[in-house]
Amino acid sequence: MIPVKERMKRSPRPMPEQDSKERIHNFNEVPLGYKEQDAIYEAQRCLQCDPAPCVGGCPAEVHIPQFIRKIVEEDLAGAYLEILKTNNLPAMCGRVCPQEEQCQKACVYSKKGKPIAIGGLERFVADYAIKHDAKEKLPETKKKDKLVAVVGSGPAGLTCAADLAKMGYDVTIFEALHKGGGVLTYGIPEFRLPKKIVEHEINKIELGVKLITDFIVGLTKSVDELAEEFDAIFLANGAGAPQFMNIPGENLNDVYSANEFLTRSNLMKAYKFPEFDTPIKTGKRVAVIGAGNVAMDAARTALRIGAKEVRVVYRRTKEEAPARAEEIVHAEEEGIVFDFLTLPVRILGDEKGNITGMECIKMRLGEPDESGRRKPIPTEGSNFIMQVDMVINAIGTTANPIVARSATGVNTNKWGYFTVDEKTCATSRDGVFAGGDIIRGSATVISAIGDGKKAARVIDSYLSSGGSLRKSPLPRK
Amino acid sequence: MQRIIAKRKIAPGIISLEVEAPLIAKKAKPGQFIILMTDEKGERIPLTIADYDRKKGSVRTVFEVVGKTTEKLSRMKEGDELFSFVGPLGKPSKIDKYGTVVIVGGGTGIASVYLIARELKKAGNNVIAIIGAKKRDSLIMEEEMRKASTKLIITTDDGSYGTKGLVTEALSEVLRKDKDVKKVWAVGPAMMMKAVCDVTRPHKVETIVSLNAIMVDGTGMCGTCRVTVGGKTKFTCVDGPEFDGHLVDWSEFINRLNRYTLQEKLAFDLYKKRTGK
Repeated sequence: MIPVKERMKRSPRPMPEQDSKERIHNFNEVPLGYKEQDAIYEAQRCLQCDPAPCVGGCPAEVHIPQFIRKIVEEDLAGAYLEILKTNNLPAMCGRVCPQEEQCQKACVYSKKGKPIAIGGLERFVADYAIKHDAKEKLPETKKKDKLVAVVGSGPAGLTCAADLAKMGYDVTIFEALHKGGGVLTYGIPEFRLPKKIVEHEINKIELGVKLITDFIVGLTKSVDELAEEFDAIFLANGAGAPQFMNIPGENLNDVYSANEFLTRSNLMKAYKFPEFDTPIKTGKRVAVIGAGNVAMDAARTALRIGAKEVRVVYRRTKEEAPARAEEIVHAEEEGIVFDFLTLPVRILGDEKGNITGMECIKMRLGEPDESGRRKPIPTEGSNFIMQVDMVINAIGTTANPIVARSATGVNTNKWGYFTVDEKTCATSRDGVFAGGDIIRGSATVISAIGDGKKAARVIDSYLSSGGSLRKSPLPRK
Repeated sequence: MQRIIAKRKIAPGIISLEVEAPLIAKKAKPGQFIILMTDEKGERIPLTIADYDRKKGSVRTVFEVVGKTTEKLSRMKEGDELFSFVGPLGKPSKIDKYGTVVIVGGGTGIASVYLIARELKKAGNNVIAIIGAKKRDSLIMEEEMRKASTKLIITTDDGSYGTKGLVTEALSEVLRKDKDVKKVWAVGPAMMMKAVCDVTRPHKVETIVSLNAIMVDGTGMCGTCRVTVGGKTKFTCVDGPEFDGHLVDWSEFINRLNRYTLQEKLAFDLYKKRTGK
């Protein structure tokens, strides 16, 4: 170990990125990952705090100082195993977690604005393991004869399933689509999260669990039916239903929900049309409504598919934009135009359904609302027509009722999300647990992972203390 | 992966496909559909469940070769596995005892109305079925429809079989004679369903149509299938596929149906060129 003084003097080592002029023409990943010597240099900065504040900032409870120490010792397989103890999806977390608000925010260096690049290091270790096909495995546990069903194979479902499998449970994941991964597969684009990486981490989890695709819980089988076959159920079906603004013209031909646009591109690989059969439209002038991570993903995808101009239209300012700062920076670098304090009020079209423009109104910020953000107020008479021929709606998603409808005795709130005890992820029905976006609305991958971990622990204690759904009578309606 | 257990050409360019899918067969109801993919690079297309066999654990669909996906599907053989086959999707038809009902099927829409007619007849309705095709050769499922109805009327555009003319003309005739028709179901090309609604509107007979919207996931996730019904946006996949045809915004629906016509043609042409057909 190099002396502490020396470590503290060092500047953070930035991760190289693909040049913005190049990358807008391809779907390759934007941040390129650390080279080994850079990762070690960065890892050497770590002060190995004990207790380590960074760990407290990580919902996946990653053993951060321990894995970083292994990097310093150049034991990369050991670093990987250290991460794997608590996190089943390190290559994904290293890429899409908002580390700046979690582990890195808690890092002691953060006060000076130069936290350890924990996410970058996690990614480096996970990529090393994938590249070298690391066979490192945690010690096997004794198999238990209890069956657990997990509904949905997104980050919450995968994490819960993998953790339960590590404890020895027999776990089956049910996925509605033809591919596992949920939002990791259909939502996040290749240039931010390569699908090869997602597949690799899912395959790894699949070694210990059964993943059944093309199975829509609620239609193919109800939750009530699963309850007769399994000892416990974890509902992690996500918040998959797109919201619309309910403004005139929203059903014109080339108005997409971000879900549709991204599902076509990511899951169905429409960006490779006609090699892949699913088509996608390429507007010349595209407006993306909303300023969250999904909006950035949609805008940057539109650009790569061939749009001449992409504008992000948001009714508040950059300050309030929910996207990660890094994503906004990436979008700006790529030439995406931001129209802040702008609210679309109508989409205009011709009789064939083609978009001819979008009427917007300028906004200003008033007093803070219930979300704590300053409320945007329309400025009367400021209406103008934005020249666009395609609109992507990325204002958010909400609960899809298919799963909940088939689950007797599992209560939902007025938005359709499952109501759970936050500490345990337990729903109103004994033996049924829920986590991820379906309990709180769309949030981050890492919060879903946190729920998955929490639920796995609670399910274990439920089953260990003799609980069993299939041996319990159905609650009365 | 789901295996094709029977494949039969039932008219030029129209194929009946029976697929092993026990879980779907167990749950399927009239009016519902499945989504399938031929292969990993394929697209997801919805097809109505034309029939099911709960004992055998199979589901039957009927499709017409109109583009790349249906062409690829038509080239698959018995014993081949579909990359994806999922369902049953959508809300089932409301089967009840209404009295006299008219079931109108056009082209491959006949396969979509067959189960509805059969179950309505079973429920004790007087089922008048009108089925139509361009010409005699392209008429499908005549025998099944005869069994599933109390009275069967056949029309062909060119008069080569049944009555010469369109299903809408036959429907007008039925509605003129029988003042007691309680409900009409119509499935076929969008223009046909729209025309059926125009015929039934003055008679104030409730008319249910099944919309063949473009879909991706089919579970309410993407919204590509949205349609305006009675001034409100609905998702065909989860709120439908059946809607009150008098309330459907047909011009919007037809516009949205044609969103990818250029790409579809390009993909089909390239595929035919590449495979030498």
